[in-house]
Amino acid sequence: MTSYRLDKGGLIDRSKPLSFTFDGKGMIGVEGDSLASALLANGQMLLGRSFKYHRPRGVISAGASEPNALMTVAQGGRTEPNTRATMQELYEGLVAQSQNRWPSLNIDISSLNSLLSPFLSAGFYYKTFMWPAGLWERLYEPLIRRAAGLGKATYEADPDRYEKCWAHCDLLIVGGGATGLAAALTAGRAGARVILVDENAMIGGGLLSETATIGGVSAVEFAGRTVAELESLPNVQVLSRTTAFGWYDGNVFGAVERVQKHASEPRPEVPVERLWRIVAKQAILAAGAEERPLIFGGNDIPGVMMASAMRAYLNRYGVAPGKSVAVFTTNDSGYTLARDLEKAGLRLVAIVDSRRSGATAGVYEGSARIINGGFVPDAEGGKALSSITILQDGRKEKLAVDSLAMSGGFSPVVHLAYHRGGRPEWSDAEATFVAPEDHKGLSLAGAAAKASGLAGCLEAGARKAEALLGKLEIKADPAAFGAVEGDIVAAPTKPVWIIPGIKGKAFVDFQNDVHHRDIGLAVREGYGHVELAKRYTTNGMATDQGKLSNVNAIGLLAEARGVSPADVGTTTFRPFYTPVSFGALAGTSHGKHFQPVRKSPLHDWAVKNGATFVETGLWYRSAWFPLAGEKTWRESVDREAKNVRRNAGLCDVSMLGKIEITGKDAAEFLDRVYCNAFRKLPVGKARYGLMLREDGFIFDDGTTSRLEDERFFMTTTTAYAAGVMNHLEFCAQALWPELDVRLASVTDQWAQMAIAGPKSRLILQRIVDQDISNEAFPFLGAKDVSLFGGKLSGRLFRISFSGELAYELAVPAGYGEAAADALMEAGNEHGICAYGVEALSVLRIEKGHVTHNEINGTVVPTDLGFGKMVSATKVDFIGKRLLEREGLNDPNRLQLVGVVPLDSGTSFRSGAHVLEKGAEATLENDQGYISSSCYSPHVGSTIGLALVKRGSSRHGEEVQVWNGLLNEFTAARLCHPIFVDPANEKLKG
Amino acid sequence: MASLIPCPHCGQRPREEFTVKGAALVRPAADAGRNAWLDYVYLRDNPRGRYDEHWHHTSGCRRWLVVTRDTATHEIEGARDTAARTETVE
Repeated sequence: MTSYRLDKGGLIDRSKPLSFTFDGKGMIGVEGDSLASALLANGQMLLGRSFKYHRPRGVISAGASEPNALMTVAQGGRTEPNTRATMQELYEGLVAQSQNRWPSLNIDISSLNSLLSPFLSAGFYYKTFMWPAGLWERLYEPLIRRAAGLGKATYEADPDRYEKCWAHCDLLIVGGGATGLAAALTAGRAGARVILVDENAMIGGGLLSETATIGGVSAVEFAGRTVAELESLPNVQVLSRTTAFGWYDGNVFGAVERVQKHASEPRPEVPVERLWRIVAKQAILAAGAEERPLIFGGNDIPGVMMASAMRAYLNRYGVAPGKSVAVFTTNDSGYTLARDLEKAGLRLVAIVDSRRSGATAGVYEGSARIINGGFVPDAEGGKALSSITILQDGRKEKLAVDSLAMSGGFSPVVHLAYHRGGRPEWSDAEATFVAPEDHKGLSLAGAAAKASGLAGCLEAGARKAEALLGKLEIKADPAAFGAVEGDIVAAPTKPVWIIPGIKGKAFVDFQNDVHHRDIGLAVREGYGHVELAKRYTTNGMATDQGKLSNVNAIGLLAEARGVSPADVGTTTFRPFYTPVSFGALAGTSHGKHFQPVRKSPLHDWAVKNGATFVETGLWYRSAWFPLAGEKTWRESVDREAKNVRRNAGLCDVSMLGKIEITGKDAAEFLDRVYCNAFRKLPVGKARYGLMLREDGFIFDDGTTSRLEDERFFMTTTTAYAAGVMNHLEFCAQALWPELDVRLASVTDQWAQMAIAGPKSRLILQRIVDQDISNEAFPFLGAKDVSLFGGKLSGRLFRISFSGELAYELAVPAGYGEAAADALMEAGNEHGICAYGVEALSVLRIEKGHVTHNEINGTVVPTDLGFGKMVSATKVDFIGKRLLEREGLNDPNRLQLVGVVPLDSGTSFRSGAHVLEKGAEATLENDQGYISSSCYSPHVGSTIGLALVKRGSSRHGEEVQVWNGLLNEFTAARLCHPIFVDPANEKLKG
Repeated sequence: MASLIPCPHCGQRPREEFTVKGAALVRPAADAGRNAWLDYVYLRDNPRGRYDEHWHHTSGCRRWLVVTRDTATHEIEGARDTAARTETVE
């Protein structure tokens, strides 16, 4: 027989049917169902195949701990694999697929794995597939991965929205059962800012499956009334469908709210999930306790489930587990279920109680057969339970049943309390691992902290809230409730880790198919330590993180080692408590919102001129500007580079970092952060500066201009703009707070363009009002200028990266495009062209100018020929002291040098290594490497800059350039690193 | 996932707004011995427990702070402006 829906009872609305499909088969559930309860109501007990042995599995729990009933829910981009059917609310049109089966759930070929199980024991990966090692990647791993698995994620884009938010409160309460509700009511009435989170759609926790009464009303009604009062309080926020998954530093809790995972048609304006970071002054963990499975043969057959789960299906969802039920328990809680089953009119075949003394007096008054001192060593059946074997005083007996409830006692859910370190300790009295009640910022209450029974939990919650609010100096009166009636309070009993007389496979970890013999094997093979046993057997390593299995595994380890569970201890508790979707963690940061895009103020100018863009960091930079008829990027770049040297070009350099430095001590400050001198830089002049790190290596370079006595304008490289700003702020604030200096990042305030080429002055003079002749504005001049007849002010710098007569003009960002347009128009008759970063790079390599290709963290000034720039007279500057080290002045260091191929038809690339002529390509023979390379239209071949041992004294030497990836050798010659105008006449003309 | 740093200028702010530099050491005098400089640049104590570190409120007030943090528990004892223009806040 199978499970079915009862005619009455439960918190469901039978008048509101919901249709859904499971493996393509149409089924009907009702409003209030979980996917699991709806499947059970349809008689569908076989819900999946197990991970390793492909055994038939049903549902075992009714909540977050479910290891078996995992399925793929929804379709297309919304497909979500490994969804726990117990946590998924049913909605109209839901599509669910079972997992890990082929070709179908009913006929699964890999279930033959069960026959191979002697070879699939713990550690089998290590033992079976040791050699030949070469087969691992090609054969074993793909095979194992195909056979053992979970659902498959979709490759389609997720169409839904996710978001992240922060919340702050006096008291966070995790769990909305009796304890949490009592705490929330106490704190809410006292006026404290309260957030109550509960992972279920309906707040109430265990109250929702309860048949006891509180103050004369049903537990369900009590929960409803309390939630209504809480929601009426403006200082209380109740978050249902919200799992608190982690406790972090600063008493911040992570929680994920499944806002619309239960909706047939998610509303597009509302996120489907929301990631909360909740900053709580105090928090209560009222997560309750988890019932422990019993370990007997066939304890995984569909039809076997936790007693508390069976009770939830019965009382909350109106679902009967079958026609003839047995209960196997080690404690009184099994009788609560027995009582409810009989009340619902089900046939209760037997109650098997492992205790010889049986139930506590007065607990059970029903008529079922009770077998005290009895065990269930084995359950039988294939895809559904058919019978159980009972062992009592050495006698075996077989009973036909179609469902079996088990209860092995309870473990408090203390997970969250140990996310910041520590482990719970074993208590013989409580027969479980327990945590101290109070941790700094987080306290446990209710069943999570040893309290038992509804009355005990209500009181514990109220008292704990009062105590914690007291710490915040908020006076609260513990909420009082009427008498609880009809509640069976189960006292802890001695655990029964292993049932005597097992024949079949007795599962400890259902999701990872770890059975009791695996645990024994781990101990025999020397992996008995709890952390080793976990890895060796994979117990507790599945997506359920061993919620049902960990404590049992520890009990078995203790028995196998002949010690107490206290000596075994637990493994480490880590976030997340339950799986969190990548969507929620990413929030809005996906697709084009993955990271911000930085566009230069000249971006539209570049678009207008037909630029091809390249992403560098967050920036979109114009790389080249193809003209009609140009087929390759090289054609465009060669033309641009040649035109700059022949006529003129305009390049967007707005992305250079720009920092304004002011204050009485600004010059002194620059003197300390640059290795060369800046204090005596005259007003109206620019200077190239080298910034070192404290270890003596070059950090960044750029030009700094003195605009006024106490006002400087610094440019940095694009890549290090943020890093230099942070560094300067560190120097100003941490190293020399006594200096009067102010720093402002003005990168985004200025549109900056390079105008380079022999005709650049002619063109610029058309829009600049002041005289910019060579006499009036010589090389390295820097000044404020007026433009367009006084309509606009800008800053003009006579600096050159290309080696040509060149300027950089900065105008307020909003005027950038207009100024660039005007320059292009003025330059039209002089043959101006727009050029991008590729041509910029060609021009600078031809001129031997370095970038971060050369300044790569391994070079000091002398390596680049900048030795004379380093001030010998300054008392101090960043990097001065450690630059003096012998090793940094070794003549054998790699030094900057130019490289050209002997045959201009051959080429080489950056990253290739330099070897002496005729030398083998070995590490010992390595002479250095190409740091930058390009095709130079000026030279007519590939050229390169390289860092080579003693490079500056080897000009003219023939070498070979070795590309290790292609194993290519190119004959080349080392040369002076400046290929164009080595005497620097053009830029000064 | 999260962590809060008490910025003396901005209040409790999430860690994502900050950048850590490392031990809050005092830069040696320019003429200090070679070993003092090597220690400053390369050697770190790496204690288990209380540690003073430089943190930059990069996405906030852009001040450099000295944050006193327990390296074992990550608990933050307090933070002050490195230029000591404010008192340590908790």
